[in-house]
Amino acid sequence: MSNEINAGSMADIAFLLLIFFLVTTTIAEDKGVLVKLPQWSEEPPPEMKLNSRNVYSVLVNAQNQLLIRGEQMKIEDLKNNTKIFIANPDKRSDMSENPQKAIISIKNDRGTKYKTYLEVYNELKAAYNELWEEAAMAKFGKNLTELTNTQQKEIKDAIPLVISEAEPTKFGEEK
Amino acid sequence: MSKFKKKQGNVTPGISTASLPDIVFMLLFFFMVVTKMRDTELMVKVNTPQASELTKLEKKTLVNFIFVGRPTDKYKGKAGTKPRIQLGDKFATTDDIPLFLEKHKVGVAESQRQSIISSLKVDVDVTMGIIGDVKTSLRKAGQLKVNYSAKKRERTK
Repeated sequence: MSNEINAGSMADIAFLLLIFFLVTTTIAEDKGVLVKLPQWSEEPPPEMKLNSRNVYSVLVNAQNQLLIRGEQMKIEDLKNNTKIFIANPDKRSDMSENPQKAIISIKNDRGTKYKTYLEVYNELKAAYNELWEEAAMAKFGKNLTELTNTQQKEIKDAIPLVISEAEPTKFGEEK
Repeated sequence: MSKFKKKQGNVTPGISTASLPDIVFMLLFFFMVVTKMRDTELMVKVNTPQASELTKLEKKTLVNFIFVGRPTDKYKGKAGTKPRIQLGDKFATTDDIPLFLEKHKVGVAESQRQSIISSLKVDVDVTMGIIGDVKTSLRKAGQLKVNYSAKKRERTK
């Protein structure tokens, strides 16, 4: 006869604990679209003379329709068109002079669905991310994530992300 | 002598289960580490939208959560059916946001305060009106780093 304590039930106890943690916890999936809001100021922003060719105005209305520079567009086409606008490969006179000067201006109604708004914002960010990745490939022959911080900064400074948000208009507010 | 001899019988022993607790404990510790307790009960329905350009929230202590959505069935009677803001475990209005941010800030080391991120967990079904008000309130409170919580999806072609 051995005098050891029977450890056979240890597994059961551990399983019980395991199942308890499995049930009571949720795997943290905290990811999201990072945005930097502009500083608040009481005074109206200073008037800036912007060449209209450098401004890419995006309007999302309360019917969740997209108006880009006065023309309707589907969300699926937004990313590629934004990329063309920023990079302006054909040097067209109605698109940005250079990526440094390009400004994306986004405006929404109060009745715009959050889902649509985030989708639009996401597409605009995707356009920049793709441009950065392409630039990283062309310049350093590496993926953006493989570059050092200074190299990444160099690329992001060459194509700065400028998304300005206007105050929303009051259309379609839920009563 | 006889004690040792006896054990050398030809009977094949069953598979030892002695290592089973160790394996299970390992699993247990894994789940304890990677998961976090849901500390606050969600009083609003939050189904976050999908997006492709995601940033991971690294330091949990530097994040405060603002939930926006329609009250769940349990709270419909009390809070109505219109989208509401939840801060901590209470329904709130945009006026409560500065105090909420300040309370969170107190618990963070001074040197790290500028890296505090507000995570907005917003339901797909909410309109931008309330979000705009939240954004204005965050800006007035000087909380400029915002993360719109979203689920992963592939980038559109």
